[in-house]
Amino acid sequence: MDLVQLQRQLVDYRTSLYHEGFLDEQFTQLQSLQDENNPDFVVEVVSLFFKDSERLLNELSKALEQQIIDFKRMDAQVHQLKGSSSSIGAHRVQKLCIVFRNYCEAQNVEGCLKCLQQVKHEYGSIKTKLESMFQVNLGPILYQCSKLVSGIDSPFCFFECQLEQQILNAGGSIPV
Amino acid sequence: MAQSKHGGRKLGQSNKMTALVVDDNMINRTIHHRLLDNLGIENEVVSNGKEAVDIHYSGKMFDLILMDMDMPIMNGIEATKKLREMGIRSVIAGVSSRAMEEEIREFMEAGLDDYQEKPLTMSKLVSIIHKING
Repeated sequence: MDLVQLQRQLVDYRTSLYHEGFLDEQFTQLQSLQDENNPDFVVEVVSLFFKDSERLLNELSKALEQQIIDFKRMDAQVHQLKGSSSSIGAHRVQKLCIVFRNYCEAQNVEGCLKCLQQVKHEYGSIKTKLESMFQVNLGPILYQCSKLVSGIDSPFCFFECQLEQQILNAGGSIPV
Repeated sequence: MAQSKHGGRKLGQSNKMTALVVDDNMINRTIHHRLLDNLGIENEVVSNGKEAVDIHYSGKMFDLILMDMDMPIMNGIEATKKLREMGIRSVIAGVSSRAMEEEIREFMEAGLDDYQEKPLTMSKLVSIIHKING
């Protein structure tokens, strides 16, 4: 695959995430906060989002398994998830959290269980898609890291690094 | 001029604008911190209203406070009221995901100078900052 095709593929992939409602303009805001002083800002924030979301989803699952369900606490946790997903532009997750909060307020267990499954599904989707996007962008970072450490964990990562380096060496830039 | 409008600064401090981010959500704190950094605004972050009040008790002052509404221990409304009672004249901008008029009004009445709906963007932040300079 040539340089232009590769770049186009990356741009198309990102665009499709917006069109399909996985991401909204808040993600663009995040990207605009990244610069040469903070080259990894987006990846850092998104990684924080993954870590925090997984914690919250685990706690929500546990809460719904209890004999006595603490709806107030659950509501607070869904509020957190709604806030985080809104801040990074994870549009579908955010929208589902709004519905989830309504079920918490109504103390509707069935509704909460159903919503939790939907949120987990949408979270899984956006996580996979963002990870796919970052695997290409992580290229130069991993390449730099590879100079510092003796080996690279995954041959796939190394291959991606090479592709990334090839783009850069050919005078291309990673499309934003 | 910012200094006289917002009370005294500690001696020796620069004229650079300062801000305090008050939000219980770690991702929001990270993003708001970065937004402010990008504008060259020195800023600190705290996790709830009580920490916001405590940092002022310690003697620190800020030109701008970005105040979330829903926080544990002490929420944004309580913290704003408390800071105003303490005589804090900083620009306090409420930043919340609440959209109902009634809720926003209650927050404003606590002593806000401005309110912006989350998520916070660069342009929303710039419009808040115009309130400090204007």
